[in-house]
Amino acid sequence: MPRRLLLALPAVAVLAVLPLLLGAFGMTLMNYTGIYALVALGLVLLTGVGGLTSFGQAAFVGIGAYATAWYSALHGGSPWIGLVLALLLTGGTATILGLATLRLGGHLLPLSTIAWGIAIYYLFGNIETLGLHNGISGIPPIAIGPLSFNDPIASYYLIWILLGLATLFCANLLDSREGRAVRSLRGGVALAESQGIDTFRVRLEIFVLAALLAGLSGWLYAHVQRYVGPSAFDIRPSIEYLFMAMLGGAGHVAGAVVGAAAVLLLKNVVQDILPLLTQNSGQLEIVVFGSLFIVMLQNARSGIVPFIARRLPRRPPPPPIAAAPLPARPPLAAGSPLLSVAGVTKRFGGLVAVNNVGFELAAGEILGLIGPNGAGKSTMFNLITGVLKPDAGRIIFRGEDIAGMKAPRIAARGIARTFQHVKLRPSMTLLENTMLGAYVRTRAGLVAGALCLDREEERSARADALEQLRRVGLAERAHELAGNLPLGQQRVLEIARALAAAPLLIILDEPAAGLRHLEKATLADLLRALRREGLTILLVEHDMEFVMGLVDRIVVMDFGAKLAEGMPEAIRADPSVQEAYLGGVA
Amino acid sequence: MSALLEAADLQIAYGKVEAVRGVSLSMQEGQIVAVIGPNGAGKTTLLGALMGLLPSRGSILYDGVDLASLDVEQRVARGLCLVPERRELFGEMSVADNLLLGAYTHRRDRAGTRRDLDSVYQRFPVLAERSAQSAGTLSGGERQMLALGRALMARPRLLLLDEPSLGLAPLIVREIFRIVIGLRELGVSILLVEQNARAALQTADYGYVLETGEIALHGKASDLLHDPRIAATYLGGGVV
Amino acid sequence: MTVEIALLLAQDGVANGAIYVLVALGIVLIFVVTRVIFVPFGDIVAYAAMTLAAIQSGRRPGTIWLVLVLAALALLFETVSLLRRRAAHRLPRAALLYLCLPALPAAATWLLAGRTLPMAAEIALTLALVLPIAPLLYRVAFRPIADAPVLLLLIVAVALHFATSGVALLFFGPEGARPQPLTRALFDLGGIIFPGQMVVMLVGSALFSFLLFVFFGRSLTGKALRATAVNRVGARLVGIKPTTAGALAFLVASALAGISGVLIGPMTTLYYDSGFVIGLKAFVGAIIGGLVSYPLAALGALFVGLLESYAAFLDSSLKEIVVFSTLIPVLVWRSMVFGQGSEDEEEQMES
Repeated sequence: MPRRLLLALPAVAVLAVLPLLLGAFGMTLMNYTGIYALVALGLVLLTGVGGLTSFGQAAFVGIGAYATAWYSALHGGSPWIGLVLALLLTGGTATILGLATLRLGGHLLPLSTIAWGIAIYYLFGNIETLGLHNGISGIPPIAIGPLSFNDPIASYYLIWILLGLATLFCANLLDSREGRAVRSLRGGVALAESQGIDTFRVRLEIFVLAALLAGLSGWLYAHVQRYVGPSAFDIRPSIEYLFMAMLGGAGHVAGAVVGAAAVLLLKNVVQDILPLLTQNSGQLEIVVFGSLFIVMLQNARSGIVPFIARRLPRRPPPPPIAAAPLPARPPLAAGSPLLSVAGVTKRFGGLVAVNNVGFELAAGEILGLIGPNGAGKSTMFNLITGVLKPDAGRIIFRGEDIAGMKAPRIAARGIARTFQHVKLRPSMTLLENTMLGAYVRTRAGLVAGALCLDREEERSARADALEQLRRVGLAERAHELAGNLPLGQQRVLEIARALAAAPLLIILDEPAAGLRHLEKATLADLLRALRREGLTILLVEHDMEFVMGLVDRIVVMDFGAKLAEGMPEAIRADPSVQEAYLGGVA
Repeated sequence: MSALLEAADLQIAYGKVEAVRGVSLSMQEGQIVAVIGPNGAGKTTLLGALMGLLPSRGSILYDGVDLASLDVEQRVARGLCLVPERRELFGEMSVADNLLLGAYTHRRDRAGTRRDLDSVYQRFPVLAERSAQSAGTLSGGERQMLALGRALMARPRLLLLDEPSLGLAPLIVREIFRIVIGLRELGVSILLVEQNARAALQTADYGYVLETGEIALHGKASDLLHDPRIAATYLGGGVV
Repeated sequence: MTVEIALLLAQDGVANGAIYVLVALGIVLIFVVTRVIFVPFGDIVAYAAMTLAAIQSGRRPGTIWLVLVLAALALLFETVSLLRRRAAHRLPRAALLYLCLPALPAAATWLLAGRTLPMAAEIALTLALVLPIAPLLYRVAFRPIADAPVLLLLIVAVALHFATSGVALLFFGPEGARPQPLTRALFDLGGIIFPGQMVVMLVGSALFSFLLFVFFGRSLTGKALRATAVNRVGARLVGIKPTTAGALAFLVASALAGISGVLIGPMTTLYYDSGFVIGLKAFVGAIIGGLVSYPLAALGALFVGLLESYAAFLDSSLKEIVVFSTLIPVLVWRSMVFGQGSEDEEEQMES
């Protein structure tokens, strides 16, 4: 936090003296940059970080702008109460729309944003109290006591202070527990859910936050422009906001400001140049603009800020700080029953993927669940971890039936998992990926994180994650990006993340698949060390060699049913297992 | 006699992960060659690269031609056909349509396509029975037959078969391997990727054992069949 | 509302719905084959209507320039891509496909401008001129990023719509255009008057829907398109090039857009930006149908036409709001009944 302020200081200083350097036109440009950047900032969170695309942000800007215009211009009220009204209305609308649409998957969600975006736009032009297509004029400037923000320079300070605070809010948020949850959303919910994150709630939070930022922008817009009309809240400006966020670099908070400035400058340049080339410049402007957007999406998807950030030296990692340990679960007595699977069946259409399978797992044990390809191991795995719901049977974990429970709730009960196809966030550091695992052990919410009220817990989570990385032997690389690790170490990092949840049971999904001999040996040593520390492990694996020297007992599945159960050597010698693995004689 | 397929020093990577490293293999026209190995050894990846679905480094000569500049569709047109592990049928379309689309590269030769269709129906009578049914409604074994039939419609010279026995009951596995041997008599060469090592080696002339992306063993299939090191690869113990 | 008014509104709604059906079919076709949600589709519908109006009034439609510019751009893209792959020998074919073929109708329109032509010739000229637009847009905007996530393709499509609607304003101006009706006949059916143009619309829509159905069900080319939609890897493995299938889907869709424009043009004055709303409404219909099934998309489009007609009767200013708001409950219902849509694409591990 102090470091971030230090970095921002020169920028703040330049911004503070800017009115002395720029003329009236420059100030107007800066003001609109700030107003648009607020909307783009919301899109950075929503689209760039969270992966949810909205084509309707301009509608939220419109709600904010119309709310304050209606109250202050038509009813003579204070713009500050107008602000409250603007935020209440945008937040309320966003909550309702979000509750209705945020469960939509894939491309259906962005499509729904086009729909409500257009519907709200048409609404503005058809409500009589809002002045129909003429809009509302005569909006008073914002004032604090005798201080009125009615000239560009005064507005400039107001806009940019608000923008600065909003940027700080978002930057802090991204660096907190809830922010990491947002960052884990991108690229499928399986990872987030397995860490105990309620993805719907997180989506709703950032959707409403982005709408509030748009509402704030609308409030400023109305009082700086002193007039609102429906055309500013069409789908076209919505796309421009999206363009700003993507051009700036949708994953970075700074991208919002950079993108807004770049788009405004670009538009001005286009407006200046086109009339020199053609008389139809007004019409061509949008053509040029659309084409430029397409060229950018085709050739430079990551945007300006990441392009620059890659060329800057990485900041040195903060030194580790001693912190209070995170709460841990009381350890279980070795040998006490932990997991009991009984009569579990799962069908896909006519195919019975898992057929009446049962087994027991005691605390402190390593159990191997093995079988050839297509035996139903992965389905069994998904049933225990809550990704799938069994058609029949019970899965008892510490005396509670967890069959059919959703993945986040199962994670919260102390079952941590890894993925066969490694799921890490490549653009987060090893430490941040590991801290994601501690989500179930920490509590700070979005606002606490954004206002830095969570710093004590955050320090504990950081210290704990470092400790987990040390346990698995990755402590030296804690501040590198996870995407830079070779596959073997990515698997190990997933184990560190699982450990950060302080689980009672770890379930590993084919951890040896695709690993080289040496990597397998290292992994096996790590798992043995973890068992000595008293951890209970369920190992779902195809690789018999890997399983043999490691586990206490083995359950073999074939064609969806349990084929055998016993000690490793007995399983290896079992002719039915050999047949399942090597194939029958044709 | 020059080889029909000659792959040298293939490297195939997914991002940073090298799934196949320095694999070389060769096969003659008319041969059945098996590539066996446990899960995650890189067998499917290898076929993907031979077919052009995945980028690779190293050289692949097919019938003396360097495949590097040919895309998937051009390889199909030259008689290199893949029956993938996931079958990749057109589930919502009829069995007959699936087969007709198999002949897409010969679409101008209608009479020839007709003849090919008849001979596929002869080879797989069950497909003729179900010709109007949609492919998605077929059983696992029938789907595999349809995938084979669709590949045959393209008049392959070299057929790449990925796990033809996967997920099938033992009786049907036997049937599928009988069909594979029958295909050789048609003059089709076959590169067979299988986990079912015994069945594959009994069918093939020559075998390669792939382990964690590298060739651990290769030799005449009949020798490999009784090699104790094969069982070790699958069941643990390690290849020396 | 009397029965008579209800029937009249239904008549109107079905007529509009008939056009939405064609547009929806085109949108679904492009989506299932290429995964592109082709937002500018409606703009091409508007192009067609305005081109026909321009030809009828003896002017040279701006579409000529649009096609030529697009053709030159597409040829440029193709040339660069061919040279990069060291396939210079395929340049002549590319020039023929991307420049010469699209230039033919453009040249014909240029030469014939101002002469009185039979209406069939005017329509044929319009369709031929509009036909290359969507495939050329595909080559320029979407081919370079054919493997990108659906979302990125969607954003590009929306940006492309801005360009296409700006082009419409540039070439056709802000004034509305309305081509001559295909027929001025009136039919009296039990007291209700049907304008001939409306009958032509219904018959045209039904006819081309049927032709499309035959194309997909009978011809190998149509089947190849369906195969690409059902299973892209499978299609590649039988030798169907995804890019060829994509270009073909855009070509067929372009024809549908042209026909829709010619049919709807005489019924209502179209402006440079009217296409967007037509496309979006058809699109709402297509989504109601689930974006994958042609018959369901057609039903959804008819439903939207009717909904719009009745909403306009209650309050003409409400019709857009009603149509677009309907999408949300429909989407919610679909996601509850059919579960989540496709899982979001996994983030790529950075290298």
